[in-house]
Amino acid sequence: MNIDINFIGILIGAIMASSVPLILAASGELITERSGVLNLGVEGMMIIGAISGFALMVITDNLFLAIIGSMLSGLLLSFIFGFLTQSLLTNHVASGLALTIFGIGLSAMIGKDFVGIPGKEFPLLFVNLKEAIPLFGPIFFGHSVVFYFAFLLPFGTNYFLKKTKIGLIVRAVGDSPVSAANQGINVLLVRYCCILYGGAMCGLGGAYLSLIYTPQWIENMTAGRGWIALALVVFATWSPLKVLVGAIIFGGITILQLHMQAMGIRIPVQFLSALPYIMTIVVLVIISRDSRKIKLNTPTSLGQIFYKEK
Amino acid sequence: MIKIERRNETSNLIYFLTPILAIFLTLVTGAIIFYLLGFKPLEALKFFFITPISDLYGLSELLLKATPLCLIAIGLSFCFKSNNWNIGAEGQLTFGGIVGGGVALLFYNHEGFYVLPLIILAGAFGGMVFAMIPAILKIYFNTNEILVSLMLVYVSKLLLDYLVVGPWSNPEGFNFPETRQFSDSARLPILFEGLRIHAGIFIALVSVFLAWVILFKTYLGFQIKVSGLSLKTAKYAGFKGKTMILLVFMVSGACAGLAGVGEITGPIGQLHRMISPEYGFTAIIVAFLGRLNPIGIVFASLIVALTYLGAETAQIFLQVPKYTGQVFQGMILFFLLASDFLLFFRIKFLGFKRYEY
Repeated sequence: MNIDINFIGILIGAIMASSVPLILAASGELITERSGVLNLGVEGMMIIGAISGFALMVITDNLFLAIIGSMLSGLLLSFIFGFLTQSLLTNHVASGLALTIFGIGLSAMIGKDFVGIPGKEFPLLFVNLKEAIPLFGPIFFGHSVVFYFAFLLPFGTNYFLKKTKIGLIVRAVGDSPVSAANQGINVLLVRYCCILYGGAMCGLGGAYLSLIYTPQWIENMTAGRGWIALALVVFATWSPLKVLVGAIIFGGITILQLHMQAMGIRIPVQFLSALPYIMTIVVLVIISRDSRKIKLNTPTSLGQIFYKEK
Repeated sequence: MIKIERRNETSNLIYFLTPILAIFLTLVTGAIIFYLLGFKPLEALKFFFITPISDLYGLSELLLKATPLCLIAIGLSFCFKSNNWNIGAEGQLTFGGIVGGGVALLFYNHEGFYVLPLIILAGAFGGMVFAMIPAILKIYFNTNEILVSLMLVYVSKLLLDYLVVGPWSNPEGFNFPETRQFSDSARLPILFEGLRIHAGIFIALVSVFLAWVILFKTYLGFQIKVSGLSLKTAKYAGFKGKTMILLVFMVSGACAGLAGVGEITGPIGQLHRMISPEYGFTAIIVAFLGRLNPIGIVFASLIVALTYLGAETAQIFLQVPKYTGQVFQGMILFFLLASDFLLFFRIKFLGFKRYEY
């Protein structure tokens, strides 16, 4: 009996761990989108974060530097996007797509010397508590510091958007950049900051994959997680706490299909692997059906080009 | 000092010159990247962009790769022109390949003039139906077509994987993940002995012509353009928005499906896991680089096809990974979008006097 309870705990722990990159990327993108910017480059920024984190870990042998570097590289990539869309007023959708294509190509180019190198063990916190407490031990303890950061992030994001002045400014810029500008707010500065923050979080999400979750570098290892993170923001109707719920649901599907594969259930592997993608579509349909509910929190100026005549 | 001001009207000359500027900037940046990677930049660029097309075989390979890119981009231009963001052409290509390939496998030991047309029609139909999923979900459930069409890419690739490993795998194939070879009458005819260029290029050229006629000479093309410029105007004019969403997705899916069957009945001759080196995604760049204009897309597809070939040559001669091609493709799109700034704004040089508002 004891073994069964622990198994459930380990299962839930695994589900939470697999949702971490989604929470990080989606929370970052949520802030970007709340400021009225639609960055479709999440997948590209995540994969660049993954390779630069892994490469820095191999070169410097320092995990702290690797994590910081992955965030910086995601930030740098998002700066390209920010410069294009904000300063050169390019189309958000096309620029984001270019970022993803560029990012995937660049990551494979950088990563060719890092294929097959084993990763390093990432220090886990509260390992002794993990074994000491049944059920809750494996769920809440024995994870990495990034894991705890990810699960606190949606609450922090929620507080930031709803309770702080800067959060209010971000929302104002997203809902009506023209009025915000007339109030003396520097719309460009706010949007740049939100884009860069989103980039850094996507980079961190990628690094979680290559440093902690499956510590190695594999080409294209994000496998569409960036796009699922984008779908999660819609799923959450732009509210941070629902990102947490959505990410755990998707983490659950991922882990569940892995376990079904391992248990040898007689469904072809490919159908199980397709589950997260099909579920994304189903969930999008359910959420988007009610257009009023969607519009309630959608940043009004999302994806629109803002230009102030000087 | 410089001052930036909005142009009152965009100039046509700049409209078609900026893609050339974008390509130039890509080459310069590419040279810098090669230099940083420790290669001689000019030599590397030569291996990338000149060596691959310096013989007849290379030119044939260029056309071979440009064909699917051109076809898909033509279809995508219908979607993008009307503000429908179908970015799942790769999935529609794959599904078209699956349906067309399925028909080809039915006839694996048949010969007959009717086999190839059936396969091609089946492929176009498959791509079309697959593209209707994001369109219908967008029309009736208001879902985001970007995300849905993209998720379907993964689904279709996994389906193809399942088929070639499982039920459709070659019974005499020693468990390799591939189907039987198609029969000879299921293959697109080769144009020149010894080269791989095939009759699929005519399908692409016909679609370019048809697209030009539809976009510039028909009422439908006018509707597509107006909805792209202003949805409100289109609504006010009473255009049937929903029908048009469905229609542009169907056109673009059919084109991608055609590209898919073109690959499997052309150079490949069977189904396996990798029927497309991401043509569906690269075609997005082709569509933009060609300015969503059928003639522009023809040129753009040749240029982007060169980045594929260049990456292969550079992989052999310089040992750079083949993904370098993708980096170049991403850069072209970056620079193209950036140089569009010149379209809508002019930069005035005002000398070094202090400028007063």
